[in-house]
Amino acid sequence: MAEILVVAGQRDGVLHPATLEAVAAARTVKTGGDSLAVVIISADPDGLAGALSVEGVDEVITVKAGSNDFQPELVEAVVVALAQAREPSLIATAHSVDAWSFAPSAAVMLGSGFASDVLALKSEGSDLIATRAGYAEKVLVDLEFPGRETTLLTIRTNVFEPAGGSSMPKLTAMDAPACETSLNHLGWKEPADAGGIDIPGSDFILSIGRGVSDEGNVEQFLELADEMGATLGCSRPVADNGWLAKARQVGQSGQLAANCRLYIAMGISGSVQHQWGMKHIENIVAVNTDPEASIFSIARYGIVGDMFEIAEELENHF
Amino acid sequence: MKILVAVKQVSVLDDEFEMRDDGRDVDEDFFEKDLNEFDHFAVEEALLIKEASGGEAEVVIVTVGDDDADDALRTALAKGAERGVRVWDDSLVDADSVTIAKVLAKVVEREDPDMVFTGAQSVDFGHAATGMALAGLLGWPHAAVVSKLDFKPGDENATIHRELEGGLEEIMSVTCPAVLSIQLGINQPRYASLRGIRQARQKPVDELDLSDLGLSAETVKAASRVRRMYAPERGQAEIIEGSVAEQAARLAEIVKELRGA
Ligand SMILES: Cc1cc2nc3c(=O)[nH]c(=O)nc-3n(C[C@H](O)[C@H](O)[C@H](O)COP(=O)(O)OP(=O)(O)OC[C@H]3O[C@@H](n4cnc5c(N)ncnc54)[C@H](O)[C@@H]3O)c2cc1C
Repeated sequence: MAEILVVAGQRDGVLHPATLEAVAAARTVKTGGDSLAVVIISADPDGLAGALSVEGVDEVITVKAGSNDFQPELVEAVVVALAQAREPSLIATAHSVDAWSFAPSAAVMLGSGFASDVLALKSEGSDLIATRAGYAEKVLVDLEFPGRETTLLTIRTNVFEPAGGSSMPKLTAMDAPACETSLNHLGWKEPADAGGIDIPGSDFILSIGRGVSDEGNVEQFLELADEMGATLGCSRPVADNGWLAKARQVGQSGQLAANCRLYIAMGISGSVQHQWGMKHIENIVAVNTDPEASIFSIARYGIVGDMFEIAEELENHF
Repeated sequence: MKILVAVKQVSVLDDEFEMRDDGRDVDEDFFEKDLNEFDHFAVEEALLIKEASGGEAEVVIVTVGDDDADDALRTALAKGAERGVRVWDDSLVDADSVTIAKVLAKVVEREDPDMVFTGAQSVDFGHAATGMALAGLLGWPHAAVVSKLDFKPGDENATIHRELEGGLEEIMSVTCPAVLSIQLGINQPRYASLRGIRQARQKPVDELDLSDLGLSAETVKAASRVRRMYAPERGQAEIIEGSVAEQAARLAEIVKELRGA
């Protein structure tokens, strides 16, 4: 009988939806006798316990904090206290930006096994095996954690179907451990106004990445998108360089192409953060000079070739 | 006042590659090496702080890597950092982020900097872990994915923006010294000048091994071990062959079919 602990996330009192994906991931290695507990830290943790009472959850541990502000040191202290008291075999949490701040530090405090951005896990006998990607998503790596009683994993988002169903978990209130907090929330900065650019609403997106290589090359793709009736999107470097408006950026720190049915990715390698915004799209066409680019692994159609040559020829058809 | 920037020499795979015989990594012949993209931004941020303070700060670059990694270190030095530290030991070949963080923690103790920057992640493996694991070992304040920083030498607190999902940013103050992982786009990294590149060859680099830092292979044990590395199964992508004109014509056809035109 083993214990599994899932660390929930919340922002401003709203449950981080990927928490339920981390529960689903943890469930894949949960066996009959194991118990799965989810810990939630917030100003009103009881209010979030209901949303966490999904299939497979045996216990919800509530930690009442002074505010909903993200405090990595508090999360680390809670994880360390729970891990020491319960000796879980697995601690899982979503690979969210908040987890980037607390998960590696919590792991070294515990001296546990650790892997981040895990996209599959399984048990082989008593061994836990976690799979993640490497070399710009071109390979997969199976990791093991020899000699570790506890392993902490952050789970790639948008891979596991969020846990659903319902359960009647035991509710356990835990006192917030005393800890020094050295970060203070001062405010939020919302993304700049989209200025009429609508990536989320668009059903056809032509998107360009670093392969466009120069600001002077961008205009022709704006024109091509216009002729084809597509919205022009881009990957992050194109927006960071100021070549296109940030509102055109597809991906984790940009837009989700929520209503898109056809996405043509030109000169985009297919990083996990870019995929976040588009990999769900039914019809993805990738144009890339590198036949091993990971974008091809999620595309329906692929052209191994130069985006400028293809673009020039395409113009003759629209 | 000193800022320590930890950088990584990353491996970029060639268009074609083969696995090593033991199946636990790619064969070395199929790599190109480069300074991690994110680290350009971390180095730049440190240099900007130094320059804004009228040169009151020293920027020290540290990397954990073999002789090859000297290139990445020199690239950062060429931009204007004062000096470097490179740690290597043959027992580090299978190092993971936690091992690297344990080594860096000793370098931090030795250098006693006022701020530590890392890149938010590396472009090869994207662990996004080394910096924050380092902070955990040091017990220092820390924040990941910092997209804006307001800090000058002597400040007790820095104001940062943490870039969250969807482009939302959280504005926070953080007590210094701190470990911050620096996000793309926080600044416009400079290119090294020819003079900078020439000077970088002469800049002092401390070369240390584990014992110089009071460490051993056992004390820097990794938190994970690669069992197997392999190429993923390719998706169902239908590759459009032919001349450029034929490929473009087929793509146009696909667009028109799907758009019902
Ligand atoms: C917290 C965080 C959030 C992020 N959010 C986002 C996000 O929202 N969106 C996003 O996109 N990225 C995001 N990133 C950045 C991401 O990690 C990658 O750096 C980025 O997606 C790479 O963009 P790219 O594919 O255009 O560039 P690269 O990875 O450099 O790929 C360029 C591609 O172009 C190909 N190419 C070059 N020349 C040509 C040519 N002539 N014709 C055809 N192909 C060519 C190359 O083969 C290569 O595959 C984020 C990173 C972090 C850490």
